Formats: sequence, C-alpha cells, structure tokens
Amino acid sequence: MNRIDETFNALKNKRAALMPYLPLGFPNIQTSRELIRVAQDAGADILELGVPFSDPLADGPVIQHATQVALGNGMTLKKCLDLVQDARANGVTIPLVLMGYYNPILQYGLKKFARDAVEAGADGVIVPDLPVEEADALQDAAREVELHVVFLAAPTSSDERLKKISKATRGFIYLVSLTGVTGARNDLPEGIAAFVTRTRVVTDKPLCVGFGISNAENAKRVAHFADGVIVGSALVSKIGEPENAVESARGFLAELREAVK
Amino acid sequence: MSKGRFGKFGGQYVPETLMPALAELEQAYEDAKRDENFAREFDELLQKFVGRPTPLYFAKRLTELCGGAKIYFKREDLAHTGAHKINNALGQGLLAKRMNKTRIVAETGAGQHGVATAATCAMLGLECVVYMGTDDIKRQQPNVFRMKLLGADVREVNAGSRTLKDAINEALRDWVTNVRTTHYLLGSALGPHPYPTMVREFQSVIGREAKQQLQDAEGKLPTTLIACVGGGSNSIGLFDAFRHDDVEMIGVEAGGRGIESGKHAARFAERGIGVLHGTYTYLLQTDDGQVRETHSISAGLDYPAVGPEHAEFFENERAGYTYATDEEALDAFQKISHYEGIIPALESAHAVAEVLKRAPKMKRDEIVIVNLSGRGDKDLQTVMRELETGD
Repeated sequence: MNRIDETFNALKNKRAALMPYLPLGFPNIQTSRELIRVAQDAGADILELGVPFSDPLADGPVIQHATQVALGNGMTLKKCLDLVQDARANGVTIPLVLMGYYNPILQYGLKKFARDAVEAGADGVIVPDLPVEEADALQDAAREVELHVVFLAAPTSSDERLKKISKATRGFIYLVSLTGVTGARNDLPEGIAAFVTRTRVVTDKPLCVGFGISNAENAKRVAHFADGVIVGSALVSKIGEPENAVESARGFLAELREAVK
Repeated sequence: MSKGRFGKFGGQYVPETLMPALAELEQAYEDAKRDENFAREFDELLQKFVGRPTPLYFAKRLTELCGGAKIYFKREDLAHTGAHKINNALGQGLLAKRMNKTRIVAETGAGQHGVATAATCAMLGLECVVYMGTDDIKRQQPNVFRMKLLGADVREVNAGSRTLKDAINEALRDWVTNVRTTHYLLGSALGPHPYPTMVREFQSVIGREAKQQLQDAEGKLPTTLIACVGGGSNSIGLFDAFRHDDVEMIGVEAGGRGIESGKHAARFAERGIGVLHGTYTYLLQTDDGQVRETHSISAGLDYPAVGPEHAEFFENERAGYTYATDEEALDAFQKISHYEGIIPALESAHAVAEVLKRAPKMKRDEIVIVNLSGRGDKDLQTVMRELETGD
C-alpha cells in the first residue's frame, strides 16, 4: 500500500494530518536536506516537497522567492529526487509528495520521472498547472509504478468538476482554500468549511486544505473539518536564514502539530 | 479529453481555479459568435473607433530598391493606438461586458497591447490593470504614459527577466485571485484554450481585408506573406484568410544578438517543446525544463514561447519561420523610414528585414504582403540609443 493511504487510514477518525511544505534546495541544499528529517521529528505526517520552476504562476511572493533561491543554488528535478533518496537513507519514513510545475517533469520524461521518483522514495506528485483534462499521460506513467497523482480542487470548481477530480486523484484531494495564489493570510478564507462540506458530498477521499493557513490557530480550526492541514508560505518565511532555519522550523512545526492533535 | 489542440500543440495547462473561468469564457465566446448584434457592434467599432479598414499600401520605392517582387504593406500601424493589438482588445473588451466582468487585467511587453486595452477599457467604462516588466517599462516610456493617461493602473513586475513573460505570470496570478469579477484580456494568440483561437478570430480581419484589397489592386493573390512572430497574433491574423490558398507564409522571430549567442527569442531555431502559460508549444528552455531568459531589441518579440497554432504550422510546414537579428531589424527600421516615410515598430521592422532579403530574389510579377503591425514612435528612444552606441 502507498504510504499516503497508510497514513490516512491510520489517522482516520482520530485527527487531521499535518502536511508542511518545504521548497527543495531552500535556503540552501544542505539545510534543505536537514529540514526534511527535522519536519518528521517535529510531527509532520506527510511532507510536500517543492520542485523549483522558473515561472511559478500559482505561487505568491514567498514561494516565488524560495524558488528563485533554490534555482540559484543549482537545483534541478534530478537533484530534488536525490534529496528524496537522501531523506529515506536518513531515516525519513513519512509519505513524501513532490509538488512542482509540469514543464520540468515533462522534459525529464513522464515515465522516467515516475519510475525514478518512486525509486528515490517519493509517494506522490502534485502538479498545480495540470488539470485533470491534461493529466492522462502522467497518470498512465504514475499508475504503473504506484506513484499517486494528487489533484487540486478550487472554490470555483463546480460539483461536476469535483466529481471528476475525485475520480482522478489518488491519496487525497488538495483543496485550495481560496481563489488566489499561495501565501499566508491573517484570516482563514470565508466559506472554506462550506467548500469542504460541498466536496464531502461527492467524494470519500481524504480532503486536505492548503493556501493561506498562517498559524497554529488557523490550523486548529481547519483541522476540525479537514483530513489534512497544509502549511506552506508561513513555514517558508521562517526558514529563510540558514543559521536558524532548523530551529525556527522545529518550533513552528511543534506548534502546528499541537494544534491538530 | 483535452481541448483546444492544434495538432499536438495547445491545450489548457492552468491551475484548477481557472478551469471554470476558461469554460465560461469559451461559452461566452461561442454565444457571441452566433449573435448578430455582437458582430454588428464589433464591426461598427472596428470602423469608427479603430479606423478600419487599414490601407494596403504599395511600397513603390522599397520595391524599386529591392528590384524584385512588388512589396505591399498592410498598414496596421494606422489603426487607433498604433498597432493591430486594438482589434483583439476591442473584441475581448466587448466579450468581458457580455460576461458582466467589470475589471480587466492585461499584460504588455512593448506596451502596444497595454495601450490598446487601456483605450478599450476607457471607451467601454471598464476598470483596467496592466502588468508590465520593469525592463519594458524602462524601454517603452511613452506607452507607459499613454496607458496612464487612458486611465489604466500600470503595475511594475520586477521578477524573473522583468519582461513580457513575467508580466503574464503576474496577470495570471491576479486573474486567479479575482477571477469572479475579472477578465484576463490576453494580448496574443497564445495561452490556454480558448485564447489562441479567439485572438486569431479577432485578428483575422487583417488578412480578410488584405486579401480583398490586393484583389482590388492587382486582381490576384499574393505570392508571399511576411509578418513578425512574438506570441504570433499579427501573423496569424494576416495568415488566417490565406491558409487554404496557394500562398507562402513566413513568420519572422527575433534573432536578437544571433542564435549562437543564446540571446534571442527564436523558438523555432532551437526546436525545444514544452509547456508555458497554459499551452504546449515551442519553448526556449534549459535541459531541466526551466524557461530561459530571452533577448530582443523589440519588447514585443521578447518572449520564450510561441502561439500553438504557429507550432502546428511549423510542424506541418504550412508556414516557414526565420528570424532577423537586432542589427537587421535596426537597419530595416531606418530603410523604410528613409524610403517610404513610415517609421515602423521595431517588431514590424523584423518583418521588413525579411522582405529586404527575400524580395530581390523574387520575380517582378510576384507580390509580397508585409504586415506592418505597428508604428515606431514608442521605439524612438531605444533606436536613438542603439544608433549612438552601436557604431
């Protein structure tokens, strides 16, 4: 069984999964390698690992910046897979989900990517610019090696589209909490609970909410109605300085973990 | 399942948030196409606001200079706001009103699309936000001022290569955020479906007019069509009416400082294929799939991807693609200013550079139509600087 499914089975009816996002290669490659293990030790249930792309059009300033830094550090998709492999060798056992835009994956080769990703120890992939209509080729490649392709749903998605997304996704559905790009917001977006409820009607897949969740308080509220809480930009903004990235991440993740218990 | 393909190119590679908006846009566009009132309003505004039809002008002295084919210019530079961009801006502006969207976002490179969009929004009473790269703002100051005069909110994009590509990223981010109230008025025949088709249709008036005008003047079809290709909207607008005729079609990309230098925007010269801004097409990229920075003296051609229908035309050889370097474009810019009394946009000067190479080798009874897609006032600063430091 895929590690993602195992994790949601184990947490079912207990609590929501804590799912932090870490951009690979940020703030530098060595710290990035360390942060993966730190996140697991601090209580992350599933990790999303960002693969940098030159034109991250679904991302706000914080992740755009991290992406630029990572590319400046010489990150490539191949090096991202190497970091996944290092993490597994370093005792990381939680599910690891790669998150990156389509073009680098396409250039790497879809079949080769799926095979190498699983071999390195990845469990899934999220591609924010690949809607279900364009995903056949990647899904075919991923299915062969049991790599989960996770799809996103947005507040603008109709019920009909939610059904389509539910059918296509593996592992969970990534619910984008708002119409917008990634980035921490002070307040939770209005209507997010209603969006989760609307999606529950058409699916029995785990529903994980991301975009805009900035602190433990908000994470706690989302954990009441969602199966997973995704925290990206708020974490990324705390790990910009290599000297204290590990300590900041540890502290913030511990707060978040406490919030979803 | 995928929609909007030109052969294997095109598609809709966008975040889920935008998929419903693209479906809504496609539906509105299909409805508008069947609505006579929409066509009537569009045609009337093309005449009275844009000043169409634009002339097809016989470039007598340039023809004599080349000593070969007869050269005609399709004078899109005489359209209101100074370029072909207004045809599409007007079409989409009317569509936005139809969809009850009150706010428009647009990207601009050279500023021509931004100015056209700002003028359209002013005329239709729509709020207008234009994203423009920092580098482009520097080199196209007059257009920045024009947009502001026309009431647009011009927002500087200081990311990536600080040019057109980054302006599109930022416009898309705005659209994702404000999708319920906002229409993204994309300026070229690129991006996700339905844009490449819709923009082509709004621009196809160029070729329809040219075909009729040449019929009236010469009683026949042209031998060759030449147009510059950034995203590809002026070229596809000229080509469309001739696609089923025995007419050669040539697109001219930006050769920048030469292909070997790596500083160019000639997508077909390198032959990489990938996904950028929602479409699968020819793309300048690294081995790792990162989008490369491009270079061109003309902001409007300075873009790493090309409209997907051009990708298909390249692949099935319906059109030929070549490039002109910065230097060749500058030379052409001065030649047609001297010989024809027309100062072209630097973008259009790339097409003129190609006709200067090609016409001398053609027969005197052959005819070339060059799309003079825009006027050059916006480029005077750039050209002045280049001519001072260049020699």
